[in-house]
Order: sequence, then structure tokens, then C-alpha cells
Amino acid sequence: MKKKVLSLLLTGTMVAAMLAGCGGSGSDTGNSGAAADTAADTGAASTDNAAASTGDAAASTGDATGGEETLTVWCWDPAFNLNAMYEAEKVYQKDHPNFKLNVVETPWEDVQTKITTAATSNDLSTLPDILLMQDNAFQKNVISFPSAFTDLTGSGVDYSAFAAGKTAYSVIGGKNYGVPFDNGAVVGCYRTDMLEQAGLTVDDFTDITWDQYIENGKKVLEATGKPLISMQAGECDLIMMMMQSAGSSLFNEDGTANIVNNDTLKVVMETYKALKDSGVLVEVNSWDEYVGSFVSGDVAGTINGCWIMASIQTAEDQSGKWAITNMPSLVGASGATNYSNNGGSSWAVTANCQNTALAFDFLKSTFAGSTELYDNILPSGALATWAPAGDSDAYGVGNDFFGGDAVSAKIVEFSTKVPSNITGVYYYEARDAVATAITNYINGSSIDTELQTAESTVNFNMGK
Amino acid sequence: MSKPTKKMTLSKKHNLTGWAFLAPGALLILFMSFIPMFRALLLSFKTGVGAAMEWCGVLNYVRMFQDAVFIQSIKNTFFYLIIQVPIMLIFALVLASILNNRNLRFKGIFRTMIFLPCATSLVAYAVIFRSLFANNGIINLILVNLGILDQPYSFLTNTWSARIVIIIALLWRWTGYNMVFYLSGLQNIEYSVYEAAKIDGASAVQTFFKITVPLLKPTILLTAIMSTNGTLQLFDESVNLTDGGPANASITMSHYIYNMSFKYVPNFGYAAAMSFLILLLVAVLAFLQMKVGDKRD
Repeated sequence: MKKKVLSLLLTGTMVAAMLAGCGGSGSDTGNSGAAADTAADTGAASTDNAAASTGDAAASTGDATGGEETLTVWCWDPAFNLNAMYEAEKVYQKDHPNFKLNVVETPWEDVQTKITTAATSNDLSTLPDILLMQDNAFQKNVISFPSAFTDLTGSGVDYSAFAAGKTAYSVIGGKNYGVPFDNGAVVGCYRTDMLEQAGLTVDDFTDITWDQYIENGKKVLEATGKPLISMQAGECDLIMMMMQSAGSSLFNEDGTANIVNNDTLKVVMETYKALKDSGVLVEVNSWDEYVGSFVSGDVAGTINGCWIMASIQTAEDQSGKWAITNMPSLVGASGATNYSNNGGSSWAVTANCQNTALAFDFLKSTFAGSTELYDNILPSGALATWAPAGDSDAYGVGNDFFGGDAVSAKIVEFSTKVPSNITGVYYYEARDAVATAITNYINGSSIDTELQTAESTVNFNMGK
Repeated sequence: MSKPTKKMTLSKKHNLTGWAFLAPGALLILFMSFIPMFRALLLSFKTGVGAAMEWCGVLNYVRMFQDAVFIQSIKNTFFYLIIQVPIMLIFALVLASILNNRNLRFKGIFRTMIFLPCATSLVAYAVIFRSLFANNGIINLILVNLGILDQPYSFLTNTWSARIVIIIALLWRWTGYNMVFYLSGLQNIEYSVYEAAKIDGASAVQTFFKITVPLLKPTILLTAIMSTNGTLQLFDESVNLTDGGPANASITMSHYIYNMSFKYVPNFGYAAAMSFLILLLVAVLAFLQMKVGDKRD
């Protein structure tokens, strides 16, 4: 009999826990997948511990409101943006000794998935106070989930001190939703010792065109047997960099796709094919392989956002053998420059933040107001987009890895010359469509057919 | 014998006990699986960006047949299904009958070795296959050093080789899994049947086709349905091994659904509708296989 009672009790608790879990999240929104996830989470939590059904939410929000000054932050790179947040915590703690940050390492893909899940299930309690957002995803997220983010226009952050092109990523409908963080100005990085074997120096790669780049590349290929650059197949990083270097975008101002009649894109595709056909560019399959190719000396250089220098500097044995300069410019495209941008991210405050005053003040006094912070994080390769930081002496110090060159000052200078472009809400759709077009074009298809297909794919995704 | 009391009858009591045991599991499945599935079905008739959804009728279902990338993903998935599942099942069956031989030594070691791939995580093995077939991976290294290739072949950036690599990976990962089902099926076949066949002078091949295959039919049916189901929902390999590339040549349906929900501007209604197409395909294929394979009266 005792056993029976016990089993009934057990059954009862399980059912109750389940119902409680479902009741908590079964609100009126449509997304069942997300609802199921949350239900599973809370359900499991309450079987373990009767009081834990709202435990997670309490952990993140309760502290912030309960007198203590704690903020939860999500970002993804321990050596880079996590480090920046820890340094910001130290800076802010000088004036606010009770202040604490709870920084959670969360890969970008997970941040995106969690934002989507939380916002579609109308349960924002799982989100942190502040999160780092890829600039390219900013428009998409704020437009898809306007209720998940906090408008920062009146937060006291002085946006005029940031580079205008950078701030534009996080401005939606005239409102500021982000505090710009890292710089993605494009740098051309070269192995000077390998260039030397071909009788070249880094000056031969400064202020050049892609035609000259290919000529130089052939010389390097002949002398060393190594290509000049590697790129990840199917990812169009280089394509997008080339596009922006001429101020061109895959979208028009009004949000319509700008692919078929985009002359710059045609020049870019032809240039990319020429690079690949000449053997100067080699395609690899994954990011690891890409990083491996220049760290191990299989290629003589790379072109990417300046954050790539953190990866280059992991090859300590190559110290002093690297140099940076600007990127080549497109031939035959109007408005072509030697400057572009790739990557970069901005801090966003979620609507789950209960202590917005604290979050605003923290961001205002650190990422939008502390030269000290930017000096401290400079060694990790986090270059400011906040103008006053660029005037600091720390930016003029030479970097021995890059032959004693004052690379930081150089990059800040590059970043001021980057033409701005339009990201668009459907950025990732367009990017994938163009990547498909390029792959097919390289394999022999005609450029016009492929661009036509790409544009109709993007239009289809936009529901047109 | 005894007059009716207020107590329950024995059968009622047994039924109640049965229901009590069934209830937790059944309710869990109801709340965790069926209710979300039902809500996903409702969702598939809605459209909109992000959380703002409105009813749109069967628009999503019409839309998917105009979606070139989705149609490509259906073709890819069926390519995997048609090539990989038969090869894998035949392979598993042959391995199982070899390992079922009583005179074979070190059976345990072989069985473990063949089953072991199943214990690896899907993501981990996909990443390992990616590095095996990389430009500077071990496969290229061997082929170049043997003089078969002049320079490394880029397996994952060419349409057909990328698909074939996925099939090889799937074979490696799942053959052992299916073999275990066949092995357990073989345990139920009397060994005397084989001995009798031997005495009658049947060759190994004859024994395989006349005894093993017919007697294993229910198991073969089961594995065929499971493999079909698994292949139609293929996701990890497409994401981690080839990232759907080159030019969507190896993207699977589930991978595209994921992109539609999380990578692109979220369109959950459309994603849900595509998921229901997969459900429909699995149901239809399973039904056909049962019609064809199960001839029991």
C-alpha cells in the first residue's frame, strides 16, 4: 500500500510539474517550437526543485533590481569581447564599487537562436541585460523583434563621437539601438619574407588595384609556389569587402534588391574569378582551414577585417615577418577606394533589462566615454570606433609583430575612409544568394543568368 | 461466491494500475510532442516576420513549390536517400551475417569496432570528416603521395564529390547501427536451419538469399523505415561537413528550414510548413515500404 501511495505521489508531482511548466510559457504566441523548449526547461527545473520554476529569470533580473548593481552580458570571444567587458567592469568599478558584471560566453549563433526563441515566445526573461550583436544582423533583429530591444537614443550616449558609418548599422527608424564596439576596417596582411623572395615589398601592395594585385600574386606564386590569399569557399567575405570598398550594396535605399543591375557586383565577380583562375587565391573549406593557411605559411597573406590580426599573431614564430597595408581597389567600378569594412559588432540593451538606468550609465561611461578602457583593450586587437580613443598615445605605439609599425593608428586612419553602405534587413539571404551565384559563375555559368537567379531568390525570400 | 462489494473488480483494478503507469509517459508525450506539433500545424498556416504572425491559409504550402532552394534541398535529400540507404542496409546485412558465424574468432571486437561510430557525436564526426577531406587533409595527402593526384583535390567545393563525401560519412556513421538490428534479428533464426542448409549442400550465397534475407524481412523493413526517416531529417552533416555548399549542392531540407528560422529573417510559418512536408514524405514512404515489404497475412 505504501508503495502505491508513493507511486501515486510521484506521478502526481510529475504531472503537476509538467502542467506548471506549460502554464508558465504557454502564452498566446504562435511559436510552438519555442514554447516547447521553454516548457521543457521549466518543467525539468520544477521536478528537480519545486521553487525553481522562475529561478533563471530571478537570477538575471532579481539581482539588478534588488539593490545590487549587477548586469548580465552575452558576448562570444574570450580573448576579445569578453576581455573588453571585464576591462569595462574594472573601469566602471572605480566609481561604483558595488557594480558587478556577469559575463556569459555565448557564441554568436547561440545568441541569435536565443533572441529568436525568446522573442517569438514572448518570454524575454531568458535574455541578458546587454548583448553583443553582429552589425550585419542588427537591422534584421530589431525589425523582426522590435519589442525585444531598448531604444538608446535618449540614454545619454554621445553618438557624434562614433564613426558615422559604424553607428549606422544600429540605427533603425531614426532610433539608436546599439553602442558601437569594435572596428572592422579591412587590412591587407602580408608575409614580408615571402614577398621578398619574389622581389616585392609591402609598398608594392599599398594603394594598388586588383589587377596589380594579381600581377604581384603571380610573381609570388612563381617564386614561392604559394598563393597570396586564401578564402573560405561558399562564404562571400571577400565579395562583400570588395563591394563596400566601392560603396556598393546588395540593396537599394528603399530596401529592394540591387543585384541584377549592379555593375559593381559584376566587376567584383569577374575580379574574384580572375583571382581564383590565376591561382593567386585558393579556396578552403572551413574557417579553421582558412586561419591555418596563413598561420602555417601556406599562403603569403590575407585580406580581412582588422580583427583577423589577433589570429595572425597566434603564430608567434612569425613575429616581425608580417606587415599591413590597405586593400586593393576595384578596376572599372565607380567610387572605388582602397578601404572597406568586414564584421564588427555593437552592444545592445534588451527589453529584459530591469535597471536600464544602470545599463545606460555603464555603457555611457565605458564604451562611449573611457579612453582608459580602449587603451587597456588595445593589445587584444580591439580597436575603437569611438573617435576620442584614437587620439590616445597608445595608438601610436609600434607593434613588433608587424615590424614595429604603428598598426593601430594606421587602422584608425583606414576606418575613417571606409565608404558606408546599406546592410539591409535581408542581408544574410542576399549574401547566400550571391555566394551561390559566384560558385556557379566560377564553374562556368554566365554572370547574367546567375545574377538573375540570385535576385529572384532574394526577392522570393522577401516575399515578392 | 462473494457478494458484490463497493470494492473494484480485479480487472478494473488492473486497468487502473495500467493507466496510472501509462499516464506520466503519455501526458509527457502529449504535452511535449503532440501539442507543439499541433501548434506547429496552426503556425504553418500563418505568415509574418518574427513574432508578428497572421493567418494566410495555404500560402506557405504553395510557396514552397516555388522556392528554388527548397526544391534543390528536396532533390539533394532524395539523392542521399536513394544512394545511401540501400548501400548501407546491404552492407549492414552482409556484415551482420559474417559476424553471426559461430566459428568466427574475436567476434566481440569486430562487433564493437563496427558499432563504435554510432557512439560518436554527430557534430564531432562531421567535423572530423571535414578535416579528413580538407585540401591539406589526410585523404589528399595519401592520394598525392601515392601519385594518384598531382595536387590536392578540393572534395568539399565540388558538387558531386561533396555529396559523395556526405554519403561516405553517413555510411561510416550508421552502418554499424543497422548491423546491430540485423544481428539481433539473426539471433532469432534457429541455427539448425543453417545446419540443415549446409547438409543439403547450400552455398554461403544461397544460404544468405534463401534463409537470412526472408527470415529477416521484418527487421529489414524496420531499418529501412528508420533510415528513410533519418535521412529525410538529415541536418548535422549538411551544416557541419559542407555547410550546404557548394552553391546549395548538398543542402538538406532540415538545414534549409533551420536557415529560414534562425539565419535569415525568421519566417516560422514557412519553416513549419516545410517541416510538415517532411512529415508527410516520411509518412508516405513508410506506408509504401510497409505495403511492399510486409506480406504477412
